[in-house]
Amino acid sequence: MSLSWYLSWVFKPLLFIVCLLPAALLGYDAYYDALGANPIEEISHITGDWSLRFLLITLTVSPLAILFHAKWLNRFRRMLGLYCFFYVCLHLLTYVVLDQYFDWPEIYKDIIKRPYITIGFVAFVLLIPLAITSVDKLVEMMGKPRWLKLHQLVYVCAVLGVLHFLWLVKADILEPSIYGSILIVLLVFRAWHRRSVVASVKRHGHKI
Amino acid sequence: MLINTRKRSDIKENEVTPQSLFEQRRQFIKKAAGYSVAAATLSMPFSVMAALNINPFQKDSSSLSDELTQKKHVISYNNFYEFGTEKKDPAKHAASLKTDPWSVTVEGECGKPGVYALEDLVKPHKFEERIYRLRCVEAWSMVIPWIGFPLADLIKQMQPTSKAKFVEFTTLHDPEQMPGQNRSVLDWPYVEGLRMDEAMNPLSLMAVGLYGEVLPNQNGAPLRLVLPWKYGFKSIKSIVKIRFSETQPQTTWNLSGPAEYGFYANVNPEVDHPRWSQSRERRIGEFRKRKTEMFNGYAEEVAHLYSGMDLKRNY
Repeated sequence: MSLSWYLSWVFKPLLFIVCLLPAALLGYDAYYDALGANPIEEISHITGDWSLRFLLITLTVSPLAILFHAKWLNRFRRMLGLYCFFYVCLHLLTYVVLDQYFDWPEIYKDIIKRPYITIGFVAFVLLIPLAITSVDKLVEMMGKPRWLKLHQLVYVCAVLGVLHFLWLVKADILEPSIYGSILIVLLVFRAWHRRSVVASVKRHGHKI
Repeated sequence: MLINTRKRSDIKENEVTPQSLFEQRRQFIKKAAGYSVAAATLSMPFSVMAALNINPFQKDSSSLSDELTQKKHVISYNNFYEFGTEKKDPAKHAASLKTDPWSVTVEGECGKPGVYALEDLVKPHKFEERIYRLRCVEAWSMVIPWIGFPLADLIKQMQPTSKAKFVEFTTLHDPEQMPGQNRSVLDWPYVEGLRMDEAMNPLSLMAVGLYGEVLPNQNGAPLRLVLPWKYGFKSIKSIVKIRFSETQPQTTWNLSGPAEYGFYANVNPEVDHPRWSQSRERRIGEFRKRKTEMFNGYAEEVAHLYSGMDLKRNY
């Protein structure tokens, strides 16, 4: 059996299940009332944490593929990105349904007045076109260069996501700082890699 | 003839525990007491327990509305950064706090400065139960049956001079016992303060217990303040120092975020925290948010303290 077969029929399904585990565990804890004194806050924190984690994991895939010359890793990128969107949706639903209970005027005020909610919401909106254009057909229709350009938005979303977290904590900025540091490393790697690609194109007239 | 005028914050008839349920609870407590005495003697700080026995507390009969927050939530969902910044941290880590022996230093503008053993400090006072709403600055709230005595009584005992305009309180600073202090999340030790008239207000409570028992460590054992009309962070825990001063104390959260946490920190639905709304709150145990009340529903008792003050500026 080829690597491609294993990727499609073993590793991808496995990854699919693994990525669902945080949501499954959350559902289990919610059902058994194991989310503590303030379950809505807990659900909001857990779904928010996993949104950011999946966003950063998604951004880690191609650097790993480059570093380890393992192009096949990129085949997991779409699923991971969509999982990020899945947890972002759960996070937003938690806010709209559980936290605010469809109090639209209150939600509107929050989005307008509270910077951390404003940027969280903007990040969500920016992720929508990325999720939609993840379908193969649309990638083809758009053409790869335009598609790639659009998907650069994911970096904006990541920065907004980290800021969203940073701006809501009261005093302990350790956790958002960890996410922020990882993001900075990923961004620096990308900038460095782009420069070296450009340089090698200049030197050799083609990519190596 | 005795005329009872009902305060807005008083308990309503339909919120009083039914007699039968009350009796059941009494019975349960009696039974439970038998089983727990042995265990309790081992685990409770002896001095405070002895003091509690010397002064059996008077049940709260008048002063609150609303259903009590479940005890398991009261003792497991805490903001006590000395033991970590997650809500679950204090319950997990506060066992390392030694509350016996415990002493409190009293200093500054008063006639009776000195270092007091906790039992000596609390002995002269009559304990009573007070059921208070607690509103956190993070927009959640609880209803807790505290046991303690009026802060005013303690202050009178220390005979403040005419220069004493403020009272400052300090929490224990000992990273060995309070592991959260190993990280400089806040500027340790935790300091809080009150204007003298706020401190003398009958609502201000020095608490030593909750739910009929000695304070669990995570709730600020062995001695803490409870100020129900102010955001929770004003109600300082595990107090080791009380200082009377002429000038306004520098308080911890105010130093950490001067634009976000004021010296007064009165519960006020009309003045938002710069980053979130204070108009509503989630009562722990409830699903829908409820409206936050001015001074957390204690306006009748405390509003006069702030008449003429711009509460938007003095948040």
